Amino acid sequence: MSLLETKGLTMHFPLHGGFLGRNRGFVKAVDGVDLSIKAGRTLGLVGESGCGKTTLGRCIVRAYEPTSGSIMFDGVDLAPLSEKQLKPYRAQVRLIFQDPHSSLDPRKTLRDIIAEPLRVQDAGSRDEIDDKVASLLRRVGLRAEYAHRYPHAFSGGERQRVVIARALATNPRLVVADEAVSALDVSVRAQILNLLRDLQEESGLTYLFVSHDLGIVEHVADDVAVMYVGKLVESASTEELYSKPLHPYTEALLSAVPDPDPASRGQRERIKLLGEIADPSKVPAGCPFHPRCGYAEARCASEVPQLREIGGANGRKVACHFAEQLDLKGVLTATTAP
Amino acid sequence: MQPLLEVRELRTHFELGDGVVKAVDGVSLSVPRGRTLAVVGESGCGKSVTARSILRLVEKPARIVGGEILLYDDAPDTKPLDLLAAKDKRLRQVRWADIAMVFQEPMASLSLVHTIGDQIIEAVRLHENVGKQEARDRAIEMLDRVGIPDPKRRVDSYPFQLSGGMRQRAMIAMALSCRPRLLIADEPTTALDVTTQAQILDLLQDLQQEFGMAIMLITHDLGVAAQVADEVAVMYLGEVVEQGPASAVLSHPKHPYTQALVRSVPRLGQRGQDRLVAVRGTVPPPYERPTGCRFHPRCDSFMAGKCDVTVPVRVRSDEIDVACLLYGEEADR
Repeated sequence: MSLLETKGLTMHFPLHGGFLGRNRGFVKAVDGVDLSIKAGRTLGLVGESGCGKTTLGRCIVRAYEPTSGSIMFDGVDLAPLSEKQLKPYRAQVRLIFQDPHSSLDPRKTLRDIIAEPLRVQDAGSRDEIDDKVASLLRRVGLRAEYAHRYPHAFSGGERQRVVIARALATNPRLVVADEAVSALDVSVRAQILNLLRDLQEESGLTYLFVSHDLGIVEHVADDVAVMYVGKLVESASTEELYSKPLHPYTEALLSAVPDPDPASRGQRERIKLLGEIADPSKVPAGCPFHPRCGYAEARCASEVPQLREIGGANGRKVACHFAEQLDLKGVLTATTAP
Repeated sequence: MQPLLEVRELRTHFELGDGVVKAVDGVSLSVPRGRTLAVVGESGCGKSVTARSILRLVEKPARIVGGEILLYDDAPDTKPLDLLAAKDKRLRQVRWADIAMVFQEPMASLSLVHTIGDQIIEAVRLHENVGKQEARDRAIEMLDRVGIPDPKRRVDSYPFQLSGGMRQRAMIAMALSCRPRLLIADEPTTALDVTTQAQILDLLQDLQQEFGMAIMLITHDLGVAAQVADEVAVMYLGEVVEQGPASAVLSHPKHPYTQALVRSVPRLGQRGQDRLVAVRGTVPPPYERPTGCRFHPRCDSFMAGKCDVTVPVRVRSDEIDVACLLYGEEADR
């Protein structure tokens, strides 16, 4: 069953400018996104900068009030709720930020940082909160004695553990991890990815894992959704998507990822995309990807392809007119790796 | 064969109020002619400071306290120029004309109040005796060569009018405008998206073929190193722990740090539900460098009484130069 399901989720930011700051149009950061995440699973949301993946994540945690569309969380639509009505859901849907250096208040101790969501949710007496903080710190692999220290005393990886502890304080069911490991060095990144996986196994967490890094998403996600200029262009199980992409953009993204094995050099064919990602305030007519697509035909410039279900067992979806005809290359996937 | 550039025992220290941070502490590496050396390592390992030290672009509180940086001439058997001992005037000739640099964040290294054309023209005219019009033609030609559409018009653009990928292309055009023998690229694609990154890496490789220059690519991304480098040098805490051919270092690393680093990166297309192998612990704080081998507190092959006492010297094992007590004569004793 889906824990989260968005329908036509849209977030348009008005563009102001010129004389008296009149509205000059909209940045269509998120434009009619339908996605669903099953309970206990991880959905990877990938795309390049400016594609709207962060905005989508923030709409889901209701840091933004979406322009339109619905966010069904466990049967309740979060989109129209007021701040007061949202309070119980604030505990259940939590966000992990990208940069552990700017998302922790330098003037607060770890105890105060981690306890803050607990206080907001009236989660008990001081002693109970102290105990809770200590157990959270241990859960994320830090020592309970650290509770009275300040963030500056910790490295990037340790700070990210604090951010995770804070997100877990209220026993959430859905965690939106927005580029949660992008600011970390590779050696530490692996530690944090392993921690996120352990936490999921322990408490059945559901993740929306927003990332630009396709290598990491392949490693952590059960399902993947690919976003381009505010719209989903493809969603599928990780195995299907990486072994056989159906959207030309997915294919290009996969082919662009540098493989850390030097033996693969020159083995994989890289698809050269023309031009650059479209401006979300001036989205091209028709398929937003058509100006860069190597397979585009006349129809692509005029007719917007809808995200539609296509074959596959688990409701695989793609937004391309020619998904059935194209034979796109993925990256080989060893599904039976020991 | 004689390398193009050789860095010997380079030391660049930051003299701060609380003590001395030895950001670069005995780096030795060599850049082969016409080929690509990738310098990889995690943040704080000193790779960027090494790159900047080569052109003496370090400012207070950083100071180059020792070492040699030898730039060899094209003709064999000539005496190399030590960039650390060279006079400022001589060094200014070397910058751009022999060695040019591209930085991670083009917006921070381009002038905001000059057009990109003017910035290229200035560089060209400082180093070569050419007229304004000729320099401008050169700028347009270079912008065209790096794949900037409509270069005749773009030459009069300001950096803010270009996208991130285009700015990086403009930076590269500027760096190559005087045909340097070595291009130092410090994380040139880190701020870019993967598809743009792929374009820029392709471009650098094409330009290398065309101009025959050497590239020293500073990167934290092992994937980037694997795809473009001929040689790889791995840095940890201000030292090069391993240097050798890219295929050897990344496929069969010798140093336990490199081994751990390679294992901790998920490989595309090798999906498994297994856990990533992380490097234990964290990078130690900058004022407290471990004794002996600097990696020993995090090393899986740690030998008590040896690694925490003896500073490993570089030895050659197969085709790789590695600084680890597991290799060489030390290991056999």
